[in-house]
Amino acid sequence: MPTAVDNGVNVQALLDARDALAGAPEAAQFSWRATSKWQNGVHSTTTIQNFFGLGEEQSHKTETVFDADHPAVFAAEDNGITPIEYLLVGLSSCLIGGVASVAQNRGIQLRSVEATVEGSHDIRGILGDTDVRNGYNDIKVNFKIDADASEQEIEALVAQSQKRSAVFDALTNPTEVTVTVA
Amino acid sequence: MVERGEPANSWRHERWDSLRLLTPNWQSRLPAGVGYEGDDPDGYMTATDVVELIERFASRTRAPVRAQCNVTSVRHADDGYLVTTSQGEVRARAVVLASGACNRPVVAGFADAIPETVQQLTPFAYRNPDQLPAGGVLVVGASATGVQLAAELQRSGRPVTLSVGEHVRLPRTYRGRDVMWWMDASGVWDQRHDEVEDLTRARRLPSPQLVGTPQRATLDLNVLSAMGVELVGRWGSVRDGQALFSGGLRNVFALADLKLRRLLDGFDEWARGACLDQELDPPERSAPTEVPRSPRWRIDLRGEEIRTVVWATGFRPDYRWLDVPVLDAKGHLRHDGGVVESPGLYALGLPVLRRRKSTFIYGIEDDAREVIDDLDGYLAGRRPAQLRGDPTCA
Repeated sequence: MPTAVDNGVNVQALLDARDALAGAPEAAQFSWRATSKWQNGVHSTTTIQNFFGLGEEQSHKTETVFDADHPAVFAAEDNGITPIEYLLVGLSSCLIGGVASVAQNRGIQLRSVEATVEGSHDIRGILGDTDVRNGYNDIKVNFKIDADASEQEIEALVAQSQKRSAVFDALTNPTEVTVTVA
Repeated sequence: MVERGEPANSWRHERWDSLRLLTPNWQSRLPAGVGYEGDDPDGYMTATDVVELIERFASRTRAPVRAQCNVTSVRHADDGYLVTTSQGEVRARAVVLASGACNRPVVAGFADAIPETVQQLTPFAYRNPDQLPAGGVLVVGASATGVQLAAELQRSGRPVTLSVGEHVRLPRTYRGRDVMWWMDASGVWDQRHDEVEDLTRARRLPSPQLVGTPQRATLDLNVLSAMGVELVGRWGSVRDGQALFSGGLRNVFALADLKLRRLLDGFDEWARGACLDQELDPPERSAPTEVPRSPRWRIDLRGEEIRTVVWATGFRPDYRWLDVPVLDAKGHLRHDGGVVESPGLYALGLPVLRRRKSTFIYGIEDDAREVIDDLDGYLAGRRPAQLRGDPTCA
């Protein structure tokens, strides 16, 4: 890997982790957690700080609080973005992180990366029309990348980033979800 | 040589009727000058032809084959191994594992959740379309097996849905030559295991979308779509009798198209360097894989639509008889170019064992020479055996 390329991703640490975890799959088991609290109306705050991984409790540097609400067109107070918009945050940030990591690993210097994400949503579903799906009908992501690479290499970066993306997988594949009441 | 059945056993009993090799006849050669002797070097052998080739090799080399001798256990004993077989025990200072990587068809973990009204088949049980009830077929997997069975079943009048995950797209011919000629001539197949950038990945690579037909026709996803096969994403799970498919179909197309372009770019570069441009047809590029307008991500398996599921999701090795701790956490043999870390234990015929061509009929010769050379040295004491330690010694 040319040492001059620096996208700020410590790829060596990631490759080392992959090797280390190959022999210790139990350490690779992570658990991500969030705690949400109803405020008023459809406004809630979600707090994230701790997670589990590498066999022990871990913690982010600081606690982060996310506000979720609905916009005025939904007759709400708009104290934050809607929950379904948080999915777009997750998807585009995951893909961008992937592009940076893959570019670093392939020795490609990035100058700028921008992604615009658009999810089409027919809201009749959540309003009770059982013929319409609740969630997104489709999601489109468009990348604008300026980098020291050919068009083909850039396409490959974006393809590889989807291939390794946690959120792309979580959105495109079914996941078992269990909801209980304490 | 101990063989659970007869020589070429899997070619006799574990292949569907229409199967032909992916490699052209001129590549079907074995040591001792045994090879294809017909007048169609560019054709592709049937399974029966392969059986005949291997029988010819066995008799030409007077191979000491002990047939109908099933190995039930290989374990350490003294300074070598104790091999238990259906015909009694054999002691050996060295053992070569040549049982291959394709002993058991892989079936998804959620297969049990498929309604009982849907028949399930693996490539080991599949022979021809007549075995299947009339009606729709869901073929799972789009490597060589999956695309071949999808095409054959669609032609039989059964509407086929093909579940597509990551795959390797290849044209049958490129610039007038078989793609296997390019792989061979440009040196791809000779690339050594210690030169491959990501060996783990290379060893898990699915077989390419190829079929051996007299027309030398390409069988990629665009061809299947044009035949009327419906493409859906990778099959993720079954929920309440519904098959749920990945919404990431576009990206597996993009990955395969990009890899194909890189491969063909490499071929062209090699041809230019080898001054072959005048003798070859001009470079060409396959059209991108067409994405269906709105690929379905859900099919109700309780309805009438799907009557049969055909698993073409690859194969696994079967080492249940190997009582030596040399497997990794995923059940694959740990080895370095066929030298297993347990002294005196060797392997041949595994994917990219020493070269990319290791699993081809003509690929075994170079590997075998080197591995047997190492084994020879071990038996002659040219290399000290590693100390294993006494497990009972505290």
